[in-house]
Amino acid sequence: MNLKKLTAPLLLTLCLLAPIPAQAAGGAIVLPEYEWSFSGVFGTYDKPQLQRGFQVYKEVCSSCHGLTLKSYRNLSDLGYSDEEIKAFASQFEVWDGPNDEGDMFKRPALPSDKFVPPFPNKNAARAANNGAYPPDMSLIIKARPDGANYLKALLMGYDPAPEGFELPAGVSYNSYFPGHKIAMAQPLTDGQVTYADGTPNTLDQMSSDVTAFLAWAAEPEMEERKQTGVRVMLFLIVLTGLLYLLKKRIWSSVH
Amino acid sequence: MSDSSAAPTQYTGLKGWIEYRLPVFSFMDHELNHYPTPKNLNYWWNFGSLAGITLVVMILTGILLAMNYSGDTKLAFQSVERIMRDVNGGWLIRYIHMNGASMFFMVVYIHIFRGLYYGSYKPPRELLWMLGCVILLLMMATAFMGYVLPWGQMSFWGATVITNLFSALPLIGEDLVIWLWGGFSVDNPTLTRFFALHFLMPFMIVGVVVLHIVALHKHGSNNPLGIDIKSKKDSIPFHPYYTIKDLYGLGLFALVWAGFVFFSPNYLGHPDNYIMADPMVTPAHIVPEWYFLPFYAILRAVTFDIPLGLFTIDAKLGGVLAMFGAVGVLFVLPWLDRHPVRSASFRPIYRWAFWFFVLVCLGLGQTGALQPDEPFYFILLGMRIEFFGIHSVVFAQLFTVWYFFHFVALLPLLSKIERAKGLPKSISEPVLRPAGA
Repeated sequence: MNLKKLTAPLLLTLCLLAPIPAQAAGGAIVLPEYEWSFSGVFGTYDKPQLQRGFQVYKEVCSSCHGLTLKSYRNLSDLGYSDEEIKAFASQFEVWDGPNDEGDMFKRPALPSDKFVPPFPNKNAARAANNGAYPPDMSLIIKARPDGANYLKALLMGYDPAPEGFELPAGVSYNSYFPGHKIAMAQPLTDGQVTYADGTPNTLDQMSSDVTAFLAWAAEPEMEERKQTGVRVMLFLIVLTGLLYLLKKRIWSSVH
Repeated sequence: MSDSSAAPTQYTGLKGWIEYRLPVFSFMDHELNHYPTPKNLNYWWNFGSLAGITLVVMILTGILLAMNYSGDTKLAFQSVERIMRDVNGGWLIRYIHMNGASMFFMVVYIHIFRGLYYGSYKPPRELLWMLGCVILLLMMATAFMGYVLPWGQMSFWGATVITNLFSALPLIGEDLVIWLWGGFSVDNPTLTRFFALHFLMPFMIVGVVVLHIVALHKHGSNNPLGIDIKSKKDSIPFHPYYTIKDLYGLGLFALVWAGFVFFSPNYLGHPDNYIMADPMVTPAHIVPEWYFLPFYAILRAVTFDIPLGLFTIDAKLGGVLAMFGAVGVLFVLPWLDRHPVRSASFRPIYRWAFWFFVLVCLGLGQTGALQPDEPFYFILLGMRIEFFGIHSVVFAQLFTVWYFFHFVALLPLLSKIERAKGLPKSISEPVLRPAGA
């Protein structure tokens, strides 16, 4: 009864305020919505895609961006064998020691080592990149709003700057980077990486692949989490249903 | 053997032996089986027990996390990521704990609004209410310090903003902040002490919760009619009636909690907290967690100095006082609202005031999420509703004024002038004779 009384003034107020669709308003950057194998309740990672994405990361991104929260052994999630992982890790060198003589020494990385970053520290990274710091990629998908869509849009968003838009030297225009001035030059272009499985190496494809790889890097537990979640939810629905029936039965004697 | 003969007759054997020395069984029997509970409690009364269960889950998951966490600025962020990636079941424990903070505030806020609607703070439950306010304060301190522990960007900058508030206090402010920090900025000593206090405070909450329950059980629960239990017909034993009702509610609550944990664990968080704290880089917007947004809005609403004759309260101190006052005013609520009728169901004007107050609190939450100079808007059913481009800070000020007006002026006024509808003679009366009879 009270709700009915409310309806008229409420509707009137809403009309006065001239609502507009949420998406269209605000002037903020609106990200495109891409299809991802890992989105949704039943989402899973596509292993061949992760392998392709790893290839893109390895051949392109890793020259500037670290992946320091991952260990080489984690690559087994992508379907690589122990031998492949060992061989890949051994291309990198890490400091170890002290040995029996008390000296620190360099040795080839092992699967148990963390990914060796491209620069020894932040200052070295800045010095090599015009003062800009290429962030670590381990968590990038979780560290940006709508991370997967953002990253793919960013990789494909190197559009020509609008007329009159002032760009300092060494800075590129990007439609999706906040402020549109990005220190990273366009990293991916059509045909840049040659995929072993013959997948077309378009910009779109490579951007999707490397984004999927980094989504895995950020949330390696995602598949287990969602699959456990489905079972937990089913269990809780049944349990709650039974509790409801029991509640009704116990309360049936109360008047 | 001679002991058992002296024990109460209903307990024999080992139970009798223990009962004679430590009366736990008669205590439980008294507080569950013989504890008379109004028979007309609705589902809004589920949220107290949900809050208690959430507290237990938070403590259990928290202890497990503490076993793997390092409270050192050089290790904290990585140790959380190690929990997420390498500790068995670590991601589950952390996501339960992280979303649990939001769930805790959600049920506690509903619990508080239920108390406001049904007048649960009125005599003889003033101390029960005030103990609840103490729990809220402790929860806020605990949640704030817990959010600092992952040592992400929002952790660091949130801690910097909030601890800096104390510098607004006259004379001692600056020194107090240095004392809180254990240094000249938020740094390793701050993180380490926050970890220690974050571990301690939940147990202080447990202590106050025990007092809260002792006070509750003295006079029993309020109820939707807001009238006292008058005869045996009005009440039912807590067990099994409310144990099963609470369990059913717990099932529904667990579904919501699990939904966040398994399918959208970071929905309520801020992406910036997955960037390691960097004192040299300030995030574009420093925003607290959603449950602090209304208070954050009140803090920022005071944008002007307040002249008070001989001295002036500057804007910063004014904001701090308003923010703490927003919780402080709850403590004295039993003496602001002195209307003899408890339940809003029988107070036609207060009922409107209550729902308007709920909207004001939601509005404060929204203004807290926006930048002060951003036009105020909110999203309703996928539509963005704007208000002629008026800045959100203006709305924050209006809402803040109403927040205090509601407590300090409106409630005392209504206590005097509002005429309540006729109350039912007893709880069982409207239950026995359905409405309209």
